[in-house]
Amino acid sequence: MTSTASVERRTPLDAVHDALGATMTDFAGWRMPLRYGSETAEHRAVREAAGLFDLTHMGEITVTGPEAARALDHALVGYVSKIGVDRARYTMICDENGGILDDLIVYRTGETDFMVVANASNAAVVARELLARAAGFDTVVTDRSEEYALLAVQGPNAVKILAPLTDLDLDVVKYYAADRAVVAGVDVLLARTGYTGEDGFELFCAPGDAVRLWEALREAGDGHGLIPAGLSCRDTLRLEAGMPLYGHELTTALTPYEANLGRVVRLDKPEGFVGSEALAAREKEGPRATLVGLRSPGRRVPRAGYAVLDPETREPIGEITSGAPSPTLGAPIAMAYVPLDRAEPGTRLAVDVRGTAEPVDVVALPFYKRA
Amino acid sequence: MENGPVSAPQNLLYSKDHEWLTTDGNPAVIGISQHAADALGDVVFVQLPEVGSRVTAGEPCGELESTKSVSDIFAPADGEVVEVNEAVVNDPSLVNSDPYGDGWLIKVHLDTPAAEVDGLLSADEYTAFTDTGA
Repeated sequence: MTSTASVERRTPLDAVHDALGATMTDFAGWRMPLRYGSETAEHRAVREAAGLFDLTHMGEITVTGPEAARALDHALVGYVSKIGVDRARYTMICDENGGILDDLIVYRTGETDFMVVANASNAAVVARELLARAAGFDTVVTDRSEEYALLAVQGPNAVKILAPLTDLDLDVVKYYAADRAVVAGVDVLLARTGYTGEDGFELFCAPGDAVRLWEALREAGDGHGLIPAGLSCRDTLRLEAGMPLYGHELTTALTPYEANLGRVVRLDKPEGFVGSEALAAREKEGPRATLVGLRSPGRRVPRAGYAVLDPETREPIGEITSGAPSPTLGAPIAMAYVPLDRAEPGTRLAVDVRGTAEPVDVVALPFYKRA
Repeated sequence: MENGPVSAPQNLLYSKDHEWLTTDGNPAVIGISQHAADALGDVVFVQLPEVGSRVTAGEPCGELESTKSVSDIFAPADGEVVEVNEAVVNDPSLVNSDPYGDGWLIKVHLDTPAAEVDGLLSADEYTAFTDTGA
C-alpha cells in the first residue's frame, strides 16, 4: 500500500491552466484552477453566457454486469434499477447509521452498465465501499478515475457552443440525460448535468483528448462569451443554486433528511439497502435540524463554521455550512443548519461574525433559479 | 489576465503582513500589496478604521472581505488615522484593480517617520519575501 494523500495530482490540462495565468489551488490532492482572473467575472459569465470548467478531479467508478443495478440498489439510497438507459440521477451513499458518505450522480450508460461520479475528496472511499457492497452480486466494480478527464460547459449559451461541434441532436439530451457522442472529433460521454444552476453539459473524455477538446470548446465559445472558469466561481454558483457541497452541507454526522434531501432515499425499494433501517427510523422521527438559506441585510459575510445565534439571547442555535458574497444577489448569502422551529422563511436570526452578532434572515432555497 | 509577475513599487515600504506605506511625508498613505490583493481574489467589502482612531503596528485596524475569505488589515506602523478612502469603501474592486493607486485604504499620521519604523521591508526585500511563499 502506498499513500497518495500528499501527492499532488495534475489534470491533463495543467499546462493549459498555467499558460492562462490561473491561480492554482490544492483540492483534495489535485492541483486545480481556482480562478483565471476575476472569479466574479467568471461567475457572471456562467450566469449570462458560458463558462468552461476542468473537473477532472471528480471520481468515476463503473459498475457493470448482470446484477449491477441490484448491487447499486443495495449500495446506494436511490432506486438505481429504475433509472432508464442514458439517464442520470442524483443520489447518495450512506453508512449503516444513515450518515452521508458522499453525494453522487449515477449515469446508466447501458442496460447493465453504470458510471458513478463521486466527489474528489471521497472518490477512494466510494470506490472501496462500492467494491465491498457489491460482494455477492454478479457485477464488476472498477475505479476508472485515472481513465477520464471531465470538462464542463455551463451557462445559457452552452447549447449554441456545443451544437456545431457534434452530430448529436442536443435537444434530445434532456436535463439529467447522457449519451455517447463525438464532440470536435473526440469520443465523450456527454451529460446534461452540472453544479451551477444553469443549463449545461459535462463531457467525460480520455485524458489524452482533454487538451484538444478544451481548445475546440474555447474556439467554439469565442463568439458566445465563453471564458475559462475556476473552482472559486463554481462554489458561489452552486451556493446560489442551493446545491449542497460534501464536507459542508453533507457529512457522515447527517442523514439526507437533515439536508432536505429525503426524496433521494427510496425506502420503497423491495430489498433493504445499506443504511435503510437507520434511515427509515430517521424518516419516522423526523430530522434533528434542517438546512436553511440565510441572507444578510448587511455586508459582512457569514462564513462556514460561524455560529448561528438567537437574535435576542445571542445563544448559539446552529452553524453556517457555506457562505459567500452572492454576485447575482449582491448580498451575503449562506446555508446553515438550524432547529426546525427556526427554519421558516422570514425568521430573523443572527450570525456571530468574528465577535459581532450580525442580523440574517431565513430565505427559501434556492437563492437563484434560472428563468 | 491579472496574474502576471507582481512588481512592488520601489518608492514604498512594505510590512510582512502585506501592507505598503508611502515614505515621502507624514501622514503616510497605506494600502495592501498587489500580491495580497491577488491572493484575496475579488474584494467585495472594505471596513476601515474611524478617522481620529489610533492604529498600532502589527494590530488589525480593518477588514477586507473577498469571495473566498476575510482578512484583517494590519497597521504597518503606529499612528493616528487622518483620512480613509471613501472611494474604496464604495467600490471595493479598486483594491484589486489599482492597489497602489486608487485602491489605497487610509492615511495615517505616523508617530515616527516611515523610514525609521522597525521591521519594514524595501520593495526588493518584500518581493524576495513573497517569492519564498509567504
